[in-house]
Amino acid sequence: MKPSKKTSLIAIVAILLAASAWWQFGPRYPAKWTDLDLMVLQRLSLDSLPDLEPDPTNAVADDPRAREFGHKLFFDMRLSANGSVSCATCHQPDRRFTDGFPKGRGIGLSGRNTRSIVGTAYSPWLYWDGRKDSQWAQALSPLEDPAEHGGNRMSYARFISTDPEYRLLYEDLFGELPDFSDTSRFPETAAPLDDAGANAAWQAMSDEDRLAVNRVFSNIGKAIAAYERLIMPGPSRFDTYVRDLLNGNSESPGSALTDEEILGLQLFIDKARCTECHNGPLLTNNEFHNTGILSFPGDVPDRGRIDGLKKVLADPFNCLGQFSDDPEKRCAELNYVRTGIELIGATRTPSLRNLGGTAPYSHKGQNETIAALLDLYNRAPLAMIGHNEAEEKLNLSRRELKQLEAFLNALDAPLATAEKWLRVPLAN
Amino acid sequence: MHRLIAISCALLMAFAGVTAAQDATDRQSWSTRSGYYRVSYKSRLEPLAINRMHDWVIHVEDAEGTPVNNATLSVTGGMPKHNHGLPTEPRMTKSLGNGDYLMEGMRFHMSGDWELTVTVDAAGRRDTAIISLTI
Repeated sequence: MKPSKKTSLIAIVAILLAASAWWQFGPRYPAKWTDLDLMVLQRLSLDSLPDLEPDPTNAVADDPRAREFGHKLFFDMRLSANGSVSCATCHQPDRRFTDGFPKGRGIGLSGRNTRSIVGTAYSPWLYWDGRKDSQWAQALSPLEDPAEHGGNRMSYARFISTDPEYRLLYEDLFGELPDFSDTSRFPETAAPLDDAGANAAWQAMSDEDRLAVNRVFSNIGKAIAAYERLIMPGPSRFDTYVRDLLNGNSESPGSALTDEEILGLQLFIDKARCTECHNGPLLTNNEFHNTGILSFPGDVPDRGRIDGLKKVLADPFNCLGQFSDDPEKRCAELNYVRTGIELIGATRTPSLRNLGGTAPYSHKGQNETIAALLDLYNRAPLAMIGHNEAEEKLNLSRRELKQLEAFLNALDAPLATAEKWLRVPLAN
Repeated sequence: MHRLIAISCALLMAFAGVTAAQDATDRQSWSTRSGYYRVSYKSRLEPLAINRMHDWVIHVEDAEGTPVNNATLSVTGGMPKHNHGLPTEPRMTKSLGNGDYLMEGMRFHMSGDWELTVTVDAAGRRDTAIISLTI
């Protein structure tokens, strides 16, 4: 008997439905990792993160008293011109030390996206353009940025010397504070800033007095850095997966990653070429790359590292400067730093750890979602300034992009930092 | 028959590649373009790893195998496939004698194929060697 048209139609629809169900819910191809893959995965795992090396430029970097002091300073809104901005305003512990905005919001609107502090103790450069070369030198900049804390070093030095609690904490660590009470020598507001009044007052001070203020100012940064050195990423499901894999537990049903995420991981280390820059256990090489990220609407293209390099070399608080505690001034990063046209429009590779919880992305928060970011790399547009290093299109399918996104979301994890450091410090 | 030859060739080439990689830090040497010198290197970071600042000792001999002292060396390089250079500007900081020179400030920031150009300048003779390595 010849099947009717209706029966054929039902059969076709049934086949299509079955095929789509298989596509959606059917068995996945489990990852077949080669020995080389396993080596690559091991190197990306947090278990491979080496112990943090001492920071010779900061004598109090690992001093428990400095951590406590820095913890208080980090959350203290009195360290701002309007009394309502602290480091934690933009670096919010609950958001993995970012703020959820495209550009930071302090007293005004900051120039770039707020980078996380997590794991930055390992980075030779700070900021998107690497204009600072240590956590303590970095911590000083926002304090004087008119759009962020908006203060000046003179007022901060005076504040530390007049607040009874901070005075004790400071002197215990760094020795006796200078007497800043003579306002003819130490005006209310003074700093080498764009603000003409503050700058004129600063220039009118003696070299010796400026040095005294700079010393206290740099020590504020060093205490904050001692605290920031504690802010470290915790193991994600990806790290558990790699650990299971290396221990031979990969076939266990309770695999830490879903099949979709595993397929994303395969793309991550291979076809999508992410590990060219997002390598090592912090998933960043901390170097500078131009990847053709489009400008923020209304902004001229960001010159990135080419300007950051000039700034870090000229920074009085850099590793080679007089406020660095390293008597040998080894400073390999600064001594062997390179320049070149590749640095035009290049920004520092961000860590991908905690990516899911730290949107929006890119140096000005241009990309609101991981999907938007992946789409950019997939299309590889021409750079608006300089040359896009990642100019080869990835040609990932929509399905592959979803898998990659699923994997990247598996990199979120609670921090490996004791809870007390993630909260406002208790008053003494 | 052709296929057999092709497979044999491929196997031989693969084997040669593996041997070269193994020898990379074991005093494999490279001749400079005009043949004035032979250079070899030893990394003070073993095994070589990405994202770590380290030093190399570069050894220079003349065509007869005599160590060359009093030379000035420079190293540049990059990843030809990625159209970018080294993340640092290494410098020769010391002549260690016996044709050895300390090159400080080496760092690689990506896994893959790197090409380093070593320029040797001694007694008015300047010549360059290209060292290929995979990290």
